[in-house]
Amino acid sequence: MAALTEAPPPLAPAPEAKPPRRRGRWTPYWLLLPGILWLLVFFAMPMIYQASTSVQTGSLEEGYKVTWHFATYWDALSDYYPQFLRSVLYAGAATILCLILGYPLAYLIAFRAGRWRNLIMILVIAPFFTSFLIRTLAWKTILADSGPVVGALNTLHVLDVTSWLGWTSGDRVLATPLAVVCGLTYNFLPFMILPLYSSLERIDGRLHEAAGDLYAKPVTTFRKVTFPLSMPGVVSGTLLTFIPASGDYVNADLLGSTDTRMVGNVIQSQFLRILDYPTAAALSFILMAAILIMVTFYIRRSGTEDLV
Amino acid sequence: MTNDSSGDVRLSGISKTYGSFTAVHPLDLTVPQGSFFALLGASGCGKTTTLRMIAGLEEPTSGTVHLGDQEVTQLPPYKRPVNTVFQSYALFPHLDIFENVAFGLRRRGIRSVKKQVEDMLDLVQLGEQARKRPHQLSGGQQQRVAVARALINTPKVLLLDEPLGALDLKLRRQMQLELKRIQTEVGITFIHVTHDQEEAMTMADTVAVMNAGRVEQLGSPTDLYENPRTTFVANFLGTSNLIEAEVDNKTGGEVVVRAAGGKLVLPETRCSAPTTTGGKVLVGVRPEKITLTHADDAGEIPTARNRITGTIAATSFIGVSTQYVIDSPVCPEFEVYAQNIDRDARLVPGAGVVLHWSPAHTFGLDAAQAIDAGVEEEAAL
Repeated sequence: MAALTEAPPPLAPAPEAKPPRRRGRWTPYWLLLPGILWLLVFFAMPMIYQASTSVQTGSLEEGYKVTWHFATYWDALSDYYPQFLRSVLYAGAATILCLILGYPLAYLIAFRAGRWRNLIMILVIAPFFTSFLIRTLAWKTILADSGPVVGALNTLHVLDVTSWLGWTSGDRVLATPLAVVCGLTYNFLPFMILPLYSSLERIDGRLHEAAGDLYAKPVTTFRKVTFPLSMPGVVSGTLLTFIPASGDYVNADLLGSTDTRMVGNVIQSQFLRILDYPTAAALSFILMAAILIMVTFYIRRSGTEDLV
Repeated sequence: MTNDSSGDVRLSGISKTYGSFTAVHPLDLTVPQGSFFALLGASGCGKTTTLRMIAGLEEPTSGTVHLGDQEVTQLPPYKRPVNTVFQSYALFPHLDIFENVAFGLRRRGIRSVKKQVEDMLDLVQLGEQARKRPHQLSGGQQQRVAVARALINTPKVLLLDEPLGALDLKLRRQMQLELKRIQTEVGITFIHVTHDQEEAMTMADTVAVMNAGRVEQLGSPTDLYENPRTTFVANFLGTSNLIEAEVDNKTGGEVVVRAAGGKLVLPETRCSAPTTTGGKVLVGVRPEKITLTHADDAGEIPTARNRITGTIAATSFIGVSTQYVIDSPVCPEFEVYAQNIDRDARLVPGAGVVLHWSPAHTFGLDAAQAIDAGVEEEAAL
């Protein structure tokens, strides 16, 4: 198959084509320049600036100086490890929920939707047309104490169970871990569905037929063929959900309480309210390092390198 | 071949329609245990749909499918003792060759598959490749994996859907022989779908030629080639020269017909059309049955032979043979294949010639059908 798609061998360049070629050689780099500059100014510089901030000491009044005060990291970690753990926990729970909710939907769009495929895709992306903040505020109304959702959950005694598990408190959902996880799940669901869909959609339908032909029941076909082949989508979907969710603070801020603060909330308040810049910077770096380590470990374990 | 009939495939009145389009018209077909059966036809003729109905991948609109004595019409594919070699193989890209081949065994709960898989890989000469992924193999090797993956389950019937379509010509010839060898070795019923008439004829014991959702004719390759009963079969399977003629009279088992002033004779047994005097028939002869004689030597031709005069329009030298296109009053493009034994140097374009052949090599077809049915289809492929 590969031989068929191979490009024909390039023709030998004509000798007189040389002068324009020399000029053309630098064109790709010129084209790269804006992007590189952008990254330098808006990514590399702030990173260096924050890294330096994180090891400074001083005060707002006297100004900050680089004193290589690495203890800030240790202090930040020991003061705020509950928020770190909570971030991982909530983001993890939201990611798992997104996977559970998103996989069947992505499967449906990829294999069963037929002519409805585009419509459902639009519905998946539709929330992006509204602001993140507005959508999260809408959830405040949905989960309001006197709202129909809470009412129904109360009637069905679901809240008794979730309260016993510590996910909710009393007969309200708002300002509980459940509300924060719900908000995260809702807000990041499209980031799960889109990569899942694109990897499911690439699976050759005849592989399902072949599995069926080789005595695999539909469930087994899913377990042994469809799911393994969709692993690239599962991995990128979970990463695209987990990484932003673990740094998010809007959901915890609007739907949670002081007991559901995530590390994003801490960083936000350190930067903007307490104005303790070194701690805020150190927290950001710890979060970044933690995510990098987790992601590396995760990608290694999932072994999808040769599937793509 | 055994008398065991558990590998018989019996299709009774099976049909498939998609909306208003009929892919397969009600079809009755019995494929005996242990035979190598080919469904031959151009793309869109319903051959693959028929195969998929046997595999259970397509539900028939009407009719039943039997394997041996068991009715399987309603059984899902994973419950049928049938395996398929898919077009472009459909190997599992995330599994290595060993696991691809072991897939069917594992699904049936067989624990120790190592020995069986290794034996099967040896049979298809891929023992060394067991731990490679499908995309690391060549097309021919992937094809053999696909065969091994199906055969290891010792199905009652092996279905092959254009299995050699993606291979180049040389490899295809090689794999044809290979598949034939494997079939003889394992004795399983093979049903093979192909659009390549040469492939069907070299491999199969029985060929069913399909056209527009119907089986046009069924028989051994020789029978189909020598005694086509429709113009489609005559043209699709090899090449035929068809001449429009009128029945003159019938004597002693021979039919005499008139075509463009001349007379041709053919055996009555080889005429599938009604032979009432004055009725129209199509008279056919295969290009390789014809002898070409230069017009100057016409007197040397034995009198009992059918003869037609014409001029050479074109020649092409193939090596073992030379193909001539002759312009004649009965047919503007009469094809003749002559073995290159003693080439007559006078047979060049523009030369007047007499074409002659034995009446026994002549067949007759019903004139009520399109004379060029099956010509386009083959040319398109």
